[in-house]
Amino acid sequence: MADPVRPYPPGTYPVIVIGSGPGGLQIAYELRRRGIDHAVLSADHGPGGMFRRWPFFQRLLSWTKPYAEAERNSRAFERWDWNSLIATEPELRGMQTEFMDGSSDFPSRPEMEASLAAFAERAGIQVRQDCRWESTRRDDTAQGPRFTLTTSDGIYVCTHLILAVGIAEPFSPPTPGIEHAVHYADTRPAETYAGKRLFIIGKQNSGFELASGLLQWASRITLASPSRARTSIETHSLVGVRARYVQPFEDSAMGGGVDILSASVDGISRVEGGLRVDLKRSDNGMPVSVDADEVIAATGFTCPLQDLPDLGVATFGQARLPAQTAFWESATVPGIHFGGTITSGASGLKKHGIPGYSGAVQGHRYNGRILVERLAQEHFGVAIERPAIALADLANHVLAEATNAPELWHQKAYLASVVSVSADAGIRDDGIVPLTHFLDTSGPDAIAMTIEADGEGAIFPVAYIRRGGAVEEHALEPHPLLAFEGTPYRRQIGALLDLIAPGASAS
Amino acid sequence: MATREEIAEALAGMTLFADLAMPQLLGVAGRFEEAFFAEGSRVLRQGLTGSAFYVILDGEAAVLVDAVQRATLGRGEFFGEVSTLLGEPPTADVVAVRPLRCVVLPGSEVESFLIDHPKVTYRMLQAQSRRLRNANRARG
Repeated sequence: MADPVRPYPPGTYPVIVIGSGPGGLQIAYELRRRGIDHAVLSADHGPGGMFRRWPFFQRLLSWTKPYAEAERNSRAFERWDWNSLIATEPELRGMQTEFMDGSSDFPSRPEMEASLAAFAERAGIQVRQDCRWESTRRDDTAQGPRFTLTTSDGIYVCTHLILAVGIAEPFSPPTPGIEHAVHYADTRPAETYAGKRLFIIGKQNSGFELASGLLQWASRITLASPSRARTSIETHSLVGVRARYVQPFEDSAMGGGVDILSASVDGISRVEGGLRVDLKRSDNGMPVSVDADEVIAATGFTCPLQDLPDLGVATFGQARLPAQTAFWESATVPGIHFGGTITSGASGLKKHGIPGYSGAVQGHRYNGRILVERLAQEHFGVAIERPAIALADLANHVLAEATNAPELWHQKAYLASVVSVSADAGIRDDGIVPLTHFLDTSGPDAIAMTIEADGEGAIFPVAYIRRGGAVEEHALEPHPLLAFEGTPYRRQIGALLDLIAPGASAS
Repeated sequence: MATREEIAEALAGMTLFADLAMPQLLGVAGRFEEAFFAEGSRVLRQGLTGSAFYVILDGEAAVLVDAVQRATLGRGEFFGEVSTLLGEPPTADVVAVRPLRCVVLPGSEVESFLIDHPKVTYRMLQAQSRRLRNANRARG
């Protein structure tokens, strides 16, 4: 018998979303906004996803600046707010600011969780919680693929499956003796490490998060992995260990009880009085051994894709991310789409080594919106508005996007703001699209604006001009204050726009 | 694919990395990232800045200059090094003609990688010399 309180009983739905973290909630919001019938299922007991548990030390590494120079319920404010989900209604915008106590611009974990739950409630997003997806069958029908999901609550059928299940499955390498280590996901409260010699396998953010949080508790901390750790300050991007976690580097440089090794772990064994970790140095292959009381494997997570690889979903990398199209559909199984952090599997151009930030809320919230717009247009007959732009306003529009569009700032060289020019439709705002889609498909003359970074500290707008089917890249000059609306920019962008919309520079 | 260990095993069988011992290969595998490209998708784009250095783990890629196919590349072969070494945009498109798995190093890291691994640099120079010799023969 159907439970009257729980939404989305087993049955057939055009679209099924799995996951109730930020990725799943954003997509559920967008589906409802576009009037697409769907169900949202989640194995969790409530909304919030990973923020119901992590980070361990209870404060995020993504900021929200409540007093930034933009109205809190404006689109421009999203550039200064990495954590809120996005919406069109003013009362649903910039919501994270309502849940911060002023002690830090990095919200605490409970503040993030509360903000996500409040968004779901205020937006009226329904989720069937405590419903675990167990297995999947794919049938090819005359209308396209159809997916049958077995869940803990029964059978669901859909034509479009959107997985926003996070990169959430703990991964440990097959190192001999790894059973003596615990995974990052099973780290205990900080005080239980008081006086312990701690060995951390892995030098990514999770390893340094633990090291930072345990500096005052552990008697000694060693971190090791084969490659050198880099910080975000060195990479001028979010690649590398985040600035929030750099204290262990300084302690190491001072000889202050932290050792950071470039070495591979050969094995972990139990010895009298604790554990021994045997390593080989990456530079010269020489053996090193470290004695420890506890070993933690901060070796990452994989995607819990269940049986989807058996259905043909290709994955790659240690996280086993699914390979994806520019619009976050499986590159090998049409009809399976991805939301949330998994969208980082659509890696884009990674120009100068800098990825889009799809692995975090500030990036993937836009991917979710664009994915649903695409589905709505391609499969549900929903027309997405493409406002006309007057020739006299074109240069202003393009420079304003480069200066303020949060999508471009959070997804550098990944999402682009596109304006097309054609004889029949005139000058149209095509909105935000994945840059690789713009580059790899033909279409009318157009300009795609992005914000890009060169990995050495410069940030600048780039205009991709498509003319007669061929695309050319034109980087604009960096500006020390990142202000791209002044006369030199107007002149440069005007000359480029004249190529596709003659007279644009005259405005 | 692929854990760091699996990538290191795959690299161990390639001429480019033939002189490295396993601890070094694990370091290399940690420095590169794995990438997958579906059949028909573009890996390298002619004329676009900010590209990277690729080594093919599995699959096949075509090299196209102005949409004319010039070569195909397979397992153990590499591309993108010319543009990263010269700091110029690639002069060719590289397109996956079968599902393609690669390891990728951002262009900005190629110099320090080659300086850290002179044996890899030597092997790369050998491969480049062979390409040059063959191109000269074809021309002559």
